[in-house]
Amino acid sequence: MKPVVFLVLRRMRAPLLAPIAAYAIAVVGLVLIPGQDANGEPWRMTIFHALYFVSFMSTTIGFGEIPYAFTNAQRLWVLFCIFLTVSVWLYAIGKLIALLQDKTFQRALAERRFATLVRRLSDPFYLVCGYGETGSALVQALTDRHQRAVVIDIKPERIALLQLENLREFVPALAADARQPHRLLDAGLSHPLCAGAVALTNVNATNLKIAITAKLLHPRIKVICRADSRAIEANMASFGTDHIFDPFETFALSLATRIHSPQLTRLYQWLTSRSGMPPAATRPPPAEGRWILCGYGRFGRALHKHLADPSREFIVIEAQPDRTGRPTGAKLVTGPGTEADTLEQASVCDAVGLVAGTDDDANNLSIIMTARELNRDLFVVARENQSENHGLFFAVEADIIMHPSTVLAERIAELLGTPLLTEFCHQASHQDDDWAGRLLQCLEAMVSDQPLAVWETRIEAEQAPAVATAVETGTHLDLATLNRNPRDREDRLPCLVLLRLHGGEPQLLPDAGQAVQRGDQLLMCGQPWVRQRLAWTLQDPHALAYVLTGETRDGFWHLAANGRRFG
Amino acid sequence: MNPEKVAFGFFIVPALTLNFGFFIGDIDNPDHHHVSELFAVIIVNLIATVIKFGDRSPTGAVLLATSLVAMLQLIAAALVWTYAVHISDTGMTPSTMASIVSLAGGAMIANVVSVVLLVIETVMLRR
Repeated sequence: MKPVVFLVLRRMRAPLLAPIAAYAIAVVGLVLIPGQDANGEPWRMTIFHALYFVSFMSTTIGFGEIPYAFTNAQRLWVLFCIFLTVSVWLYAIGKLIALLQDKTFQRALAERRFATLVRRLSDPFYLVCGYGETGSALVQALTDRHQRAVVIDIKPERIALLQLENLREFVPALAADARQPHRLLDAGLSHPLCAGAVALTNVNATNLKIAITAKLLHPRIKVICRADSRAIEANMASFGTDHIFDPFETFALSLATRIHSPQLTRLYQWLTSRSGMPPAATRPPPAEGRWILCGYGRFGRALHKHLADPSREFIVIEAQPDRTGRPTGAKLVTGPGTEADTLEQASVCDAVGLVAGTDDDANNLSIIMTARELNRDLFVVARENQSENHGLFFAVEADIIMHPSTVLAERIAELLGTPLLTEFCHQASHQDDDWAGRLLQCLEAMVSDQPLAVWETRIEAEQAPAVATAVETGTHLDLATLNRNPRDREDRLPCLVLLRLHGGEPQLLPDAGQAVQRGDQLLMCGQPWVRQRLAWTLQDPHALAYVLTGETRDGFWHLAANGRRFG
Repeated sequence: MNPEKVAFGFFIVPALTLNFGFFIGDIDNPDHHHVSELFAVIIVNLIATVIKFGDRSPTGAVLLATSLVAMLQLIAAALVWTYAVHISDTGMTPSTMASIVSLAGGAMIANVVSVVLLVIETVMLRR
């Protein structure tokens, strides 16, 4: 038990002892003093009656002189007792309520409740430290995918916000300092079902401390960290932090990808979208011409690095270039991008694109509105810093709106939920945009107007017992065979293997002739029902035999396989 | 000398001695067991229980538990007494008295454990 519980119990001694003593004195007096019954006969109060009388007297309820009217001697004693017991009662009750409302006591109770809730979790969960913009977006993304999360944040008001959030899964949350190892332990760091720790606070040192704690106390779990500086990133990497995200770098990279590979971006969006519907076609960003980059802070620099291309000319607008540093290979205009003067100096009239990338939403909106007045056809990319401003950015009709916290949260959620998809995106980013366009057409033809489902399969005894046993005993099974419909092997299932991870070696869109081996991990996509159908082949040896050789055997499977004939 | 320990011993020992005083005598003879003695036992036990609140010593939790057990038994005895005298028509009978005294006897065992633990703890402290 926490020391504070002992302290509160200890402080409860006086307010409990006082009424016990006062009641005892009052009861003894009433029992000893002789009284009279209704007929004037001598009568003595029993302990039972005395306790009854004292109980309602002390609480000022006052039912009257029960069971018989008192004698004057009794009344004198009661007069004394009223002042004694009523004041003691008020003191005790007031003190006890104050003790129960004590801040440290309440916190100790909340911590205990939280630790119990976490201990009782029966599904794998992720420990999210820091519930700011990124943390809340991550928890939202995780719970939308039916994954559990536990949240720690230092600010109680953020935790209160979480409790108001309409999340699909229950998320235990505690306002506490994540730098303290025992808080992380309370939050389930050493819980056998803890699948990973995500440190997303805005303080680098805190994230570092969380990563170290997690790596030391539960080395097997995945540790994902946010780091704003190279030095901290190197420090985290030195002790084996699994994934380190620089929010500016991540955001700049994905924004750059959106600008120079729109098809690839659409592919990502479709594969990662929760509805599975293809994203609406948007205006393609201009491939070449002059771009204006407003804001050259950490984000601006990272974006410039990723977008630098001979076909594009860059003009940077920055109000304080001495503080942020001067760009190399781009013209610099000093001044606020919010004013028409500065934009005209940057020759906005013959620019093709503009990135409003300052860390202030009002400025970004102002830049876009001013620039649009000067040049109607400008392709506008907006950085949205606060999610509550989303409506404003939507109203200003920016071509691309990106919110750094959401981007980061989506990346992490994807990494935690479908790690193969992250690997696929990584591999696909080395391909050109036409490759993505062809794959998109192929997927569109495959799903027709159904939603697209993306899932992972591991050729292991747990998920695919039939296939795992078969390939173990030397049966040759290729991806094309796996693709056959177990109801009718001449029929091909509308699904596609996007990525195969074979012995840690990723293969993008593997050939249909490739043999499946034990331990392979497959990233597949297709119409949603295919996943169930494919599971038959993976799990049932009879279904597998049928797709391999075409022969059916007697038994339950035979009926199921030919269900159409019977049903 | 720790004044807290004095208060501790002062209430825990009478909780046992008074309890013994009530318990001794023919088990079913109402003349051998007086109601005011039961009242005193209950009050002293209540105080002893509250004093044990918030004791962080290793035996503190067990001491509190024994006191709570004694309280449960004594309150049960008081309720049986009240029922017999004030509610039932038969009044106090030897069999009711026997059950009251046996409940109080149970509470006495709990109080004995309590005192033994207190002595053990004191002896351990001395070394």
